[in-house]
Formats: sequence, C-alpha cells, structure tokens
Amino acid sequence: MSTETENEKRDFLDVISGWLVGLRDWIDARFPLTKFWNEQLAQYYAPKNFNFWYFFGSIALLVLVNQILTGIFLAMNYKPSAAEAFASVEYIMRDVNWGWLIRYMHSVGASMFFAVVYLHMFRGVMYGSYKKPRELLWIFGVLIYVTLMAEAFMGYLLPWGQMSYWGAQVIISLFGAIPGIGEGLAQWIRGDFTISDITLNRFFALHIVAVPLILIGLVVFHLIALHEVGSNNPDGVEIKKKKDANGIPLDGIPFHPYYTIKDIVGVIVFIAIFAAIIFFAPGMHGLFLEPANFEPANALKTPPDIHPLWYFGPFYAILRSIPNKLTGVVTMGLAIFLLFLLPWIDKHPIKSLRYRGMLYRRLVIVFGLTFIVLGFIGMQLATPFWAQIGQRFAELYFLFYVTSWVYSKPRSRGFLIGAFVVVMGLISIGDLLGWDPSEVTLKLYSWLIPGIYCAIFLLLPAFFSKLVEPEAVPERVTFK
Amino acid sequence: MKKILCALFLTLLPALAFAQDEGVTLQNANVDVSNTASVQRGAKYFVNYCMGCHSAKYVRYNRVGEDLGLTDTQVESYLMPAGGKISDTMESAMPDDADKWFGRQPPDLSLEVRNRGADWVYTYLKSFYLDGKSKTGVNNLVLPNAAMPDVLWSMQGLQNAVFKTVKEPDGATEHVFDHFEQVSPGRMTPEQFDKMDRDITNFLAYISEPTQLEARSLGLRVIGFLIVFFLFAYMLKREIWKKIH
Repeated sequence: MSTETENEKRDFLDVISGWLVGLRDWIDARFPLTKFWNEQLAQYYAPKNFNFWYFFGSIALLVLVNQILTGIFLAMNYKPSAAEAFASVEYIMRDVNWGWLIRYMHSVGASMFFAVVYLHMFRGVMYGSYKKPRELLWIFGVLIYVTLMAEAFMGYLLPWGQMSYWGAQVIISLFGAIPGIGEGLAQWIRGDFTISDITLNRFFALHIVAVPLILIGLVVFHLIALHEVGSNNPDGVEIKKKKDANGIPLDGIPFHPYYTIKDIVGVIVFIAIFAAIIFFAPGMHGLFLEPANFEPANALKTPPDIHPLWYFGPFYAILRSIPNKLTGVVTMGLAIFLLFLLPWIDKHPIKSLRYRGMLYRRLVIVFGLTFIVLGFIGMQLATPFWAQIGQRFAELYFLFYVTSWVYSKPRSRGFLIGAFVVVMGLISIGDLLGWDPSEVTLKLYSWLIPGIYCAIFLLLPAFFSKLVEPEAVPERVTFK
Repeated sequence: MKKILCALFLTLLPALAFAQDEGVTLQNANVDVSNTASVQRGAKYFVNYCMGCHSAKYVRYNRVGEDLGLTDTQVESYLMPAGGKISDTMESAMPDDADKWFGRQPPDLSLEVRNRGADWVYTYLKSFYLDGKSKTGVNNLVLPNAAMPDVLWSMQGLQNAVFKTVKEPDGATEHVFDHFEQVSPGRMTPEQFDKMDRDITNFLAYISEPTQLEARSLGLRVIGFLIVFFLFAYMLKREIWKKIH
C-alpha cells in the first residue's frame, strides 16, 4: 500500500466532511439545528445514576412512534363502517402484504404502551419525581395517561368484535349515571341511541386524528417541562445544586452519547420482548386480544362476561366494587384524579423512597401490588366474592394516598392512632351501610385486609417511630 | 326479523346459563398446524362435511393451496366447487334464509378456533348425543340445545349421554354428565374418528390465523438478530461508559 493512495483517501474524506460541515453551517444560519441538538441532547445533563426504571421514558416514546406509524398503515386498509370494519381487519390480517405484522405491532403495541407507562409512572412514585419542582411535569404525564386511556378505548371499538361493541356500550353507559344530563351526554357521545355505525365512524376520526394530536402535544410539553427542570434520579438528589466552575452539574453527564447508547441497549431488550409477543403469542392468551372479539359485533347477543382489556382492569375493579352506579363512577374518577393531586398529598421534603424509612418503602411496594391485584380482579367475573375483595383492594388503593399524606411530616403518636381509628371507623361504617346478611363471613374476614394494612402502616409507627424515620440523604448521587 | 331473533335469544338465555354452570371439561385437541398432512386432510373433511352449511368467508382457496403445499389444479379438483375461481373465498352453498331451517344462520368458521379455542371445537364435534326432545334428534354436551345436527354421525356412530344425579352441599340434586354410551357403531373406530376430529380442528386452527407458522419462523430470526445487535450495543455502551464512576 503506497502512501499516495492513503493520502488520496484522506483527501476524499476531508472533502466529504467539509461538505457536511458546510451544510450544517448553512442550516445553522437559517434554523437552530446545532443549538437544538446541544440543548436537548449533547449538552443536556442528566444524573449519572439512572437505573433500570429510567428506561421506560424513552421506550414509551418509541412505542408512541410505533403506534403512529403502524396506525397509518392500518388506516390505509381499514374501513370504519359497521358493515365492513370486522371484515376489513381480517382482510388486513390475511390479504394485505405484511398486514398481520402491522396489525399485531399495533394491537400488542397498545398493551405494551400501557405496560411501559405504568412502569414509568411507578418510577415517578418510587423516587418522588412528582415533587417540587416537577409538579407540572408530573401533571402533563398524568394528562398523557388519561389521553392514552381515551385513545385506547376508542381504538378498541374499531375491530368491531363482540368485546369492542359491548365494552364500549358499558363504558359509554357510565356517562349515563351522571344525574340530569347523563343520558343526553351518553347519546351525544354515541351519536345514536346505541353504539352504531355512527359511533364507530366518529371514534375512528377521534382515534386517528384528534386524540393523537393531543397526545403528541402533551408529550412535547412533558419533554419541555422535563428539560427545564432536569431529570430526577433514584436518590432524589438535585444534581443542579452541585455544579463545577463551568456550571455543569458534578453528577450530570451529557444525555448524548451516554444515555442515547444506554437507552439503545434498553430498547433492544424491549423490542426483543415485544417481538416475542408479536410472533409467538400476539393475543397473549386472551390478555391483549380477547377471544370474544373474534366474533363480529352483534347488538342482539350480550356476551356472558363483559370486561375491558387488562390495562383498564384496576379502575374497572374500583368501579365495580361499588354497587351504586353513580357512586362507582365518581369513585373511579376520584381514583384517577388523585394522581394529579399526588404532589400536594405527599409533601415530604425527601423525594426518593430510598431515604424515607422502612415503612414508606413497603408502602410504595404494597401500592404497586394493590394495583396489580386490582387489575386481576377487574378481569374476573363479577361474583359476590370478587366484588367484595375488589372493594377491599379499592380501599387499599385510596389508603395509599391517605398514608402518604400522613407520612408527609413527623406525626405524634396521638395523630397516628387517631388516623387509624378514623380510617377503620369509616371503612366499618361503609360496611354497615352496605350490609348484606348473606355475605357476613366474607365481609368480616375481608375486613382484615384494610385492617392489617392500617395496623401496619398507621398503628405500628405510633409505637415504633423508628420505622418511619427518614434516613440521611447523601450529598451526591450514589450507584447501587 | 329482529323480534324473532330477540325471542330466540331470550329462549336460549337459560341454556346459556346452563352451559356456564355445567362447565364440561374440554378435551385437549393437541393441534399442530405445522403438521401439513393433518391440515390437508382437515381441509378435505371441512369441504366435504362442514362447508355445506358453514362458510370460511375470509379464507381464499389459493391461499390455502399455497400454505398447504397444493398446486392450483389440486385445489381446484379436491377442494373447490366446480366453476369457481381459485382466488374465491370459501363460501358455503347455504342460502341466506337458512335460519328458517335451523333457527339460526350457521356461523362462519374462519375464526372459530380463535373465538372458542381448539379444545372447544374438538370436544364439541365429538359430544353429540341422542336426544328425542331435540328437533335434530341430537343434543350437544358442550353447546346445549345446539341448532346443529350431528353431521359426523355416520363416522362416529350414535351415542347416548348417561347422566348421574349428584347431591349438592346445599341439599339440591343436580344432573351431571357421567359418560357416553355407544348405541350403534359408526364407519370409523373411535381412534379413527378422534383423528378425523383432530384433523378438522387442525384445519380450523390454521385458517383462524394462517400466518402463525410464518410468524414463528420470522420471529426466531428477528430475535436472533436482536441478540447479536444487543451484544454489539452493550459492548459499545460499556466502552462509552468506562469513564463514568
């Protein structure tokens, strides 16, 4: 190899890179490309101690892109009419080239979106990411979640199967529970007296245009808020408080290349799981695609068991745990609304559960488990047994917020005992109001569920204050 | 029309409730859609015994041929009705007013296995028993008061269902299915009939999701690629993160 060819090669590369730099400068003179890149990625400093739980933000963004792209291709062959919708989905599954893959990417993607968002939200709860100065960031996040619920609900009507139809019928009828305007409102949403072609057509418009626009807008706001205040981390330590001479946080590392490459690793693992489901169990044994939905919608045949898909399970269980429809709807609404209020319910100055004492750590884990159990109950037949157990776990769901508020500051022994008495008193009064002589044993035994919960989280710290005593928060972030 | 359907639905409601309570144990269909010979036999049985009444209207003949390794000529001579086009879907010969004959239109079977499960279909097809009270002379254990006649009786033979009376803990007595009793033999032995039943179920499992085999083989390649990609990405990540403590 002569040096001449080496030189020629270098000259060639110099020319190419010269062109690229020229192009970049040309754009920078007209559009803040480099500025944007630096501000959002290359000079955006994120804490260096992100753990497993910090993958789910970027993965959620990836799933959003997946849903939009596959959704566009589905819309090319889907027909939003009651007469043709079901058949057009089967047409996509059988006759459109790669249609089955696109459809499964979209249907599995919907479930994965919720799985990822739930993990992302739980991360926020664990490390106190909703606390000052990230309240608005959290609120945008909850708004994304609520919008996603609307998006998923309307999307599920589109295949026009039995569960699509009857699920929508049940959920829309909930609006009918609102006194006075309820029935009119439900009819206004449907555009008809029952779910019909008209409803399907408008849900299609909302699902593919209106709600995605809102969703994308909220995601942008969520990211703007995040990059304004900076990321929290598993230690809940503000990295911006310790900066070097150049004003760069000592514990911060540029998002690019550190977290771009780290997130790529996480994304590959996620896509592998996603692909395993798509290719080997796209229906996830009835969890992601319900068997009943492979029968076309039939207004004259009510399925024996109507329940929403798994991701609505927890809130559906809360709804069903209350026999009175209006009270049930209000309670379910409250269950979602409390998420917005979390920054003002838990005002403890320490963010991360790592340093908030032994009992608080258990409290957060039990909250996560409560949510999973509620999700399971939401998918069971509404037997008296599951209704009662569902009611108890719904109580635990709300008790998390009560206990979080109680733990917000140091409380006296009297306050804790008082809280225990008030909470268990209210639960017992509720039990007496809904007294059913045939279910006494179950009611009494299941009373122990909130009973033990409150005894552990409210009564125990009254006598062993060490259990809720915060630990020293480190000055700088730590690796665990 | 709607009124009739409503009335029909209401009369069937107790039967549905019964079906729910009964909880017949389904037998394992053991389907394997990669067993092409079985799916091919199932296709032939389906065309001969099922398609008189049931359609599979989302399924195209040429697609079946392509997936099961049959040439167009084979499909035309063994599976298709005379005069059809190879790209036609599997429509039944049943006229639209079939509900007058059976009480309801025989359902399309393209997605039957995804809707009810392979075990259900397998057990259903072998659970017909003689019942003098029924219009068709038979009843079905899996779907009580099924409108469908026992199409496969000449192969399976006729059987009686023997029920026993069980005392519930609360004192009430209940009729519970105990076993089948062969009344007259069919053209097939029970083993041969089970095999035929399994072939039909296998074919229905295949048409309910014709891409499932393709999906599995593609899935292995995709995940294989991701594992390799992961290794490189992970090494690059370690390299970049070396400086961070």
